[in-house]
Amino acid sequence: MARSVRPVAVVSFAQSAMVRREERLNDVEMLQPVIADVFEKVGLTKDDMGFVCSGSCDYLVGAPFSFVGALDAVGAWPPMRESHVEMDGAFAMYEAWTQLQEDDIETALVFSFGRSSMSEIGRVLTLQLDPYYVAPLWPDPVALAALQAQALIDSGRYGEADFAAVAGRSRRDARNNPNAQVSGDPSTEELLGDDYVVAPLRRHALPPITDGATAVILAAGDRARELCERPAWITGMDHRIETHALGARDLTSSPTTRRAAVGAGLLEDGGDGSVAVDVAELHAPFAHQELILRDALGLGDGVAVNPSGGALAANAVMVAGLVRIGEAAGRIMDGTARTALAHATSGPCLQQNLVCALAAEPAGDGRR
Amino acid sequence: MSEPVTMLATPIRIEYEFTAGLAQSRYLKGIAEGRFLGQRCPQCQKVYVPPRGSCPTDGVPTTDEVVLGNTGIVTTYCVVNVPFQGQSIEIPYICAQILLDGANIAFMGLIQEVPTAEIRMGMRVEAVWVDKKDLGPTMASVKYFRPSGEPDAAYETFSEYL
Amino acid sequence: MGQRTAVVGVGQTYHKAKREDVSIAGLVREAAVRALEDAQMDWSDIDAVVIGKAPDMFEGVVMPELYLAPALGAVGKPMIRVHTAGSVGGSTALVAAHLVASGTHERVLTVAFEKQSDSDAMWALSIPQPFSAPLLAGAGGYFAPIIRAYMRRSGAPDHIGILVAVKDRLQALKNPYAHLHIEDISFEMVRDSIMLWDPVRYLETCPSSDGAAAMVLASERVADSASSSHPPAWIHGMAMRSEPTMFAGRDQVNPLAAKDCAADVYRQAGISEPRREIDVAEVYVPFSWYEPMWLESLGFAPEGEGWKLTDSGATALDGGDIPWNCSGGVLSTNPIGASGMLRFLEAALQVRGQAGEHQVQTVRRSLGQAYGGGSQFFAMWVLGADKP
Repeated sequence: MARSVRPVAVVSFAQSAMVRREERLNDVEMLQPVIADVFEKVGLTKDDMGFVCSGSCDYLVGAPFSFVGALDAVGAWPPMRESHVEMDGAFAMYEAWTQLQEDDIETALVFSFGRSSMSEIGRVLTLQLDPYYVAPLWPDPVALAALQAQALIDSGRYGEADFAAVAGRSRRDARNNPNAQVSGDPSTEELLGDDYVVAPLRRHALPPITDGATAVILAAGDRARELCERPAWITGMDHRIETHALGARDLTSSPTTRRAAVGAGLLEDGGDGSVAVDVAELHAPFAHQELILRDALGLGDGVAVNPSGGALAANAVMVAGLVRIGEAAGRIMDGTARTALAHATSGPCLQQNLVCALAAEPAGDGRR
Repeated sequence: MSEPVTMLATPIRIEYEFTAGLAQSRYLKGIAEGRFLGQRCPQCQKVYVPPRGSCPTDGVPTTDEVVLGNTGIVTTYCVVNVPFQGQSIEIPYICAQILLDGANIAFMGLIQEVPTAEIRMGMRVEAVWVDKKDLGPTMASVKYFRPSGEPDAAYETFSEYL
Repeated sequence: MGQRTAVVGVGQTYHKAKREDVSIAGLVREAAVRALEDAQMDWSDIDAVVIGKAPDMFEGVVMPELYLAPALGAVGKPMIRVHTAGSVGGSTALVAAHLVASGTHERVLTVAFEKQSDSDAMWALSIPQPFSAPLLAGAGGYFAPIIRAYMRRSGAPDHIGILVAVKDRLQALKNPYAHLHIEDISFEMVRDSIMLWDPVRYLETCPSSDGAAAMVLASERVADSASSSHPPAWIHGMAMRSEPTMFAGRDQVNPLAAKDCAADVYRQAGISEPRREIDVAEVYVPFSWYEPMWLESLGFAPEGEGWKLTDSGATALDGGDIPWNCSGGVLSTNPIGASGMLRFLEAALQVRGQAGEHQVQTVRRSLGQAYGGGSQFFAMWVLGADKP
């Protein structure tokens, strides 16, 4: 249960171009302009930050302690209060948000980077699985997602045409996103003409392989108002994890996404209500997962889902979740939305889910 | 079915492609030409070698190139005597922090051509490169450092680099 | 600092070179179950789980919180995995403490572990990176030159490192959970052991261990009604600081981040004379020379004189007035991801009076310190028997 007591807002968001392979720049060089940009937008520097938290994954970039060198992009001098999670930057932001609930700090910088192009991303993610019973069989993430997609088809709720529709819409929306990697205007028929990669998933239903970095600045109360004309207030944030064994889960639903939405104050506990927001940025690396998440949240047709193009347009692992938050916050900061939801996921087939509720007004100023 | 299974060995092989990045690429090009190139931070003016693309204290790109010489000081060192997987140098070997003349930060280097008992803090050393025809954009172009024969540097001249 | 937070339960595994009797899940559960039992709580009482460990190359499992969620009763709960290099065990405890101090949760289970026998620890620490010289030989290869610099700066005599190595291993004999129990440890034995990274000898170096540590952190409301047989250990101060590993002008022997972190935690706890006001400390000393170095860094001794404090016997459980590492410390037990949390946990054990044979007589306040990376990440907390 994580209702905001002290109002905290996203006041700045920056991201690199999301590309198939960053060939010129190393991690630090890729991050440095993103950090510079996120500060520049609000006229702050590293010295103004009360806390810095990042998210990244060693195995992804082939080096232990890979987050250590990344700190050079910030310049950790004089010494700073800083921490790191080996998870998507969205979870680093959760940590920063909870620490901002205490009143000894007013601002926090959150960032993450990830370069899926460096390794065989499928193998790296397969190592997330139970090392005794599952990983040695080397089921890669596409195969597992395909199991989930097939289960969804077998449930009778959706079919391949629905997956293609999600992919087509995402690519069309991505045309308006200068940072997106994949965009276009394919018809559903065209997409359904692609060969299967792993049935029932065709290429368009898979995420792209992406290198990228992103950063966000959080600020509390009046500080947020000083820094930003329209802060994106975090009215709640929560995350939950499901059990690991795929056979013990219902892969066609996402109860933890729903539970996290309850914790974030977007849904009543125990009700069968639906989330009513203007915009929802859902971290669905596979097309069918967007449908599962929409159902879990009860998102109606009035909600604009993934106007950025979502993870189908760019999926830098360890980054895409925080980008969802940034994109959703961006709609509030630019005045095009009054309420938004951002979701981030981790693990095979949506095992762990985070929901962040954002709004143009802070929630009842400390009433909770 | 007698003994319980207590170990499961899973071979894992993952290949990675690394990008040197702009700063390191320039440095390695210098190495391929047989010279050490440092980079100066425009804010703090410190010269970094090898450069990593961003000044660690200021968080800005280190854009100004500085050609450094072939000689420097051992600020501190240890003698490595422990075998481990992946090790490519015969033990015991001297692993030292080397402050090149003109640089503001020491880097780790291998010291050879001196008995391990004679290595000292403050010893002046020079780089030994591979043959010109074998130079390439790789750290392997620098074989090791050896005593240059110059008098040791006084402790006060390098104590701030410890 | 936030709302009052206390340690109400602690647990750890029996640490060994290889725990072949348990899987990774079994290892963490052993510690977690003990912590829950100590807290007189059940899995269902826990609101959130914060787990920490060092690089995943140590076991070959990527993001193991995903696999461990069911083993740690985290299904349906928030779960976070912290990674801040060697200090991770400490920073994990702090992340968990902040979840309580911020009012987000009331009962948080925090676990730190490493089952490093599963992989090759030296390899995991020194995976060759392209474009760099393949020189590093584990953590020792990095720290030994820094230790040499301290010896030069302070003029410390050569035997100081040996004293610490003996002291901590003797103290480990009183800790049933410690990995190394070297019954006949002696000055001569340490002095005559092989030089691994001159000036650091084999017996002046931490072991490689499999192990886990766990604690239950609770809000004031929960701690006041806790039914554990030992009283809560209240957090009087907690802080983290980081600085870059390498930068021009960096003091690697006495990093500013360490001093700033200590200053912050002492300020919160109202401490101005650590040697006098702290009764016992658990400090991350993986190479014996780090005791005199951290004595100075943490303000127990003036700069350049930490070795004198060690030399005088002041830091020994037997007869010292400021015992350090009564548990045997990192020199006796080192599952890398857990070592930081073991420092924090042992600090709690001392305040709660549950340290058994290695208990210091009267402990009103204790200090736990962890560091990681190239001495650039620091996490510390001060615990007290009374509410802050």
